[in-house]
Amino acid sequence: MPFNILVAVSLLYVVVLFGVAFVAEQRARGGLAGWLRSPLVYTLSLSIYCTAWTFYGAVGYAARSGLEFLTIYLGPTLVFVGWWWVLRKLVRIGRAQRVTSIADLISSRYGKSNFLGVVVTLMAVLAATPYIALQLQSVTLSFAVFASDTPEGWALPDQGATALWLAAGLTLFTILFGTRNLDANERHHGIVMAIAVEAVVKLVALLAVGIFVVWGVAGGVSDILARIDASPIADWNLKPGRWAGLTFVSAAAILTLPRMFQVMVVENADERHVATASWAFPLYLMLMSLFVVPIAVVGLDIMPAGSNPDLFVLTIPLSAGAGKLALLAFLGGFSSATSMVIVAAIALATMVSNHIVTPLWLALRVGSARAPGDVRGIVLMSRRLSIGAVLALGYTYYHLSGGSAALAAIGLISFVGAAQVLPAMLGGIYWRGATHVGAAIGLITGFAIWLYCLFLPSFGSGGLISAGVMAEGPFGIGWLRPQALFGITGLDPLLHALFWSMLLNTSTFLIGSLASFPGPMERLQGVAFVNIFDQSSGPGGWTRSAAEAEDLLSMSQRILGAEEAQRFFQAQAAAQGKLGFLPDPTPDFVARLERQLAGSVGAATAHAMIAQLSGGATVSVQDLIAVAGEAQQIKEYSAQLEAKSDELARTARALREANDKLTELSVQKDAFLSQISHELRTPMTSIRAFSEILMEADLPDEMRTKYAGIIHDETRRLTRLLDDLLDLSVLENRRVQLNIGVANLHDLLSKAVTAASNTRPDRAFVVQRDAASEHMPVFTDTDRLLQVFINIVSNARKYCDAERAVLRVEVKKRGRNVEIDFIDNGSGIPKKSQALIFEKFARLTDTSHAGGAGLGLAICREIMANLGGSIDYLPGQGGAAFRVRLPLKRAS
Amino acid sequence: MPHNQPLFLARRSYRRRRMMDAVRLLPVFGAALLMLPLLWQPAETPEPDTAHGVVYLFAIWLLLIVAALSLSRGLAPALLAPEEPVRPGTGEDDGAEGEAG
Repeated sequence: MPFNILVAVSLLYVVVLFGVAFVAEQRARGGLAGWLRSPLVYTLSLSIYCTAWTFYGAVGYAARSGLEFLTIYLGPTLVFVGWWWVLRKLVRIGRAQRVTSIADLISSRYGKSNFLGVVVTLMAVLAATPYIALQLQSVTLSFAVFASDTPEGWALPDQGATALWLAAGLTLFTILFGTRNLDANERHHGIVMAIAVEAVVKLVALLAVGIFVVWGVAGGVSDILARIDASPIADWNLKPGRWAGLTFVSAAAILTLPRMFQVMVVENADERHVATASWAFPLYLMLMSLFVVPIAVVGLDIMPAGSNPDLFVLTIPLSAGAGKLALLAFLGGFSSATSMVIVAAIALATMVSNHIVTPLWLALRVGSARAPGDVRGIVLMSRRLSIGAVLALGYTYYHLSGGSAALAAIGLISFVGAAQVLPAMLGGIYWRGATHVGAAIGLITGFAIWLYCLFLPSFGSGGLISAGVMAEGPFGIGWLRPQALFGITGLDPLLHALFWSMLLNTSTFLIGSLASFPGPMERLQGVAFVNIFDQSSGPGGWTRSAAEAEDLLSMSQRILGAEEAQRFFQAQAAAQGKLGFLPDPTPDFVARLERQLAGSVGAATAHAMIAQLSGGATVSVQDLIAVAGEAQQIKEYSAQLEAKSDELARTARALREANDKLTELSVQKDAFLSQISHELRTPMTSIRAFSEILMEADLPDEMRTKYAGIIHDETRRLTRLLDDLLDLSVLENRRVQLNIGVANLHDLLSKAVTAASNTRPDRAFVVQRDAASEHMPVFTDTDRLLQVFINIVSNARKYCDAERAVLRVEVKKRGRNVEIDFIDNGSGIPKKSQALIFEKFARLTDTSHAGGAGLGLAICREIMANLGGSIDYLPGQGGAAFRVRLPLKRAS
Repeated sequence: MPHNQPLFLARRSYRRRRMMDAVRLLPVFGAALLMLPLLWQPAETPEPDTAHGVVYLFAIWLLLIVAALSLSRGLAPALLAPEEPVRPGTGEDDGAEGEAG
């Protein structure tokens, strides 16, 4: 395989990738995303988990440590088949909160704290740098494999130069396709498509090499199984600690590696794709691992002793003379390396620009959100520079380390570093009590231990940590030796760092969270994250926004781009039912705008920019209380309305009752007119009849005297009737003259009983009295009071229908009043008539034995009103009962 | 647990709930099975049996993939559709007389 053909094929492959990315971008732009957003593409894009470390390194790992390499793929398999636990929630949160990176997730969850964003960003960059260097190294090594075959005529290419060209090319590709859109949620269709193609290439390449090895070099499956047992790999010593520990760390890493978070959460177009990936991604991992052991076994068997097992994937086909297969394998490795570097660079650059560069730029220009200037341009430029910087860091690391360490070791160190985010992340999405302070302490603790125990020693003794410190501890403190913390020796260095960093990270995170108190924004975000499935929208953080819609628009234009911002504002205005581009700056709208901006520059920066426009009016406890107060007011108002409507209902009921009474009174009035005509006509008729008789001359004297007596009686009856009417009229108009005197109540009652006894004197009638209680002086118009008593007692005599009529008189003193109850043992007054008995001319029974005209009780009522007391019918006493209430002393 | 969730679910929703339980349990079972090698000492077995170990691990792996595949088919629609309560009179109930549906 001539080396120049290899170079040409690589370049051609890169051009094809450019083409794929370009076409995908064009289609997406033209609204033809279609299958670009299929679950298959999503799953394939996840394959950036399988880097050159997998492609080349897994075989080397298997050759050195047997089946232990499988743990790196079994951990992610468990996470994906258990997608319902964590992945589903992460993806939902990522979409709802428009999370742009893992640093943004942590920063947004813990109250949009940019400090945490910076911490996570620095950790991620530091952990990813050796990993990027590893990819550069693997491609360089694979070039060297081919170059070693070149005839002497070809100069061996300079490895450093290869890595430099590669880094430069990747920077160009990433900048071209990775920074077209600012909004991370708009997804990088071109890049996702390109890495999906690369995913297919690397899978096909590895499967092809595997099939060639099993059926071409060895004699099939059974032969391979026999060779496995016969090979040095069969003597591998399984270390239980490493098996469990590495499964755990790889499971953690797939959730926390910045590049995995990028493709898994940020680039996710549809939550249902996660369901497909839950089986398809483990399947991909399994296929990638399927032929690793056979290739390692055969490589150890046929390759000369001392050859690098990391490169068996290339060297076996080459030594067997299968040049084209080797070329395919080379492209597979190239794909693995480049796709990882591209996505990692985008993820890290987003974090660096959103959490470090943009906040710094904003801080350096105070009040700049209002000032003119192209924020969008600044952010894009910072992102491009960050991509360059990340790749430059990787290259520098590669250059300095000399690319000698085994691939697997570097990858695992990076994994343990990324896993430090796990406690803060899981705590953040499952535990509302997790706080900013706890997360910061946990992250910094875990990161420091990782740095001290694993990262720095990885440069080898005499590197960044001197051999003396490694052996004796810093300043001779033995229990601080980097690989034997607290004096516990004999641990595997990787497990040692993993155990202490995760243990202390988690415990300081928990203790810090338990001991600290979260701010209001943090609590709002905590609820929004933990209860993501219970609510459709996040909490509105902006309650009293002082921001003007116009200011917001001019700021958004500089971040989202003019067209995009105007489209967003117009849509929001339309949603509010307004025309034009300026919606009302309601809290809801501002919160939505903030989320939109967060998709471009991260939650913390977006929050800070809106806070500038809102006059620094970030949400505070007072605001929350104000919101609660408003809700309380609304509640009270509705309660008031309810009370008012109750009151209206009561009034309506009272009116209806009054109306009924009026109708009844009108009927009564008609009855009264006919009654009074009748009352007046009966005596008049007899008077006229007898006076006519008296006019006859020959009338005997005794007859004449008798008839004159009748006429006289009838006239008196007429006069009494007219007197009563007159009396009532005077009483009703309150024009009566009262003769206030003092009398003993007992004497008054006795007089009344005596006076009433000539009413139906034939009847046996018992009056029960309690003399002791009756003795009390009353200051009132005694004649009028007597009139009332007489009326009541004679009524009882008249109407009581009991066999043995009994009238009970009870006198009680109630405060400043005295109550006199007259209770008989008759059948009482029907309920419907009780309201009418005090009306004029109300006569319930027929008038046969009624002596009066039905004015008695009406007069009584008016008298009592004039005396400052009252008379009421007392229902439920087993007979007719009247209560006369009288003040003991007349109010002046 | 929100109070507005229906007490009795339609048969399809009930199946989905049980699938959610299953998909939550799957990684637990998977982890238990994949941790078997902790008890395994390949270097000390009289006959080399690493090949058996390879076959065992890949078999479990395949089993997990198949289980995840069948569960994800049932659960993907559940990500969007709300749960429906049992509708009286349709003959659908929460599986009291037949779990095998």
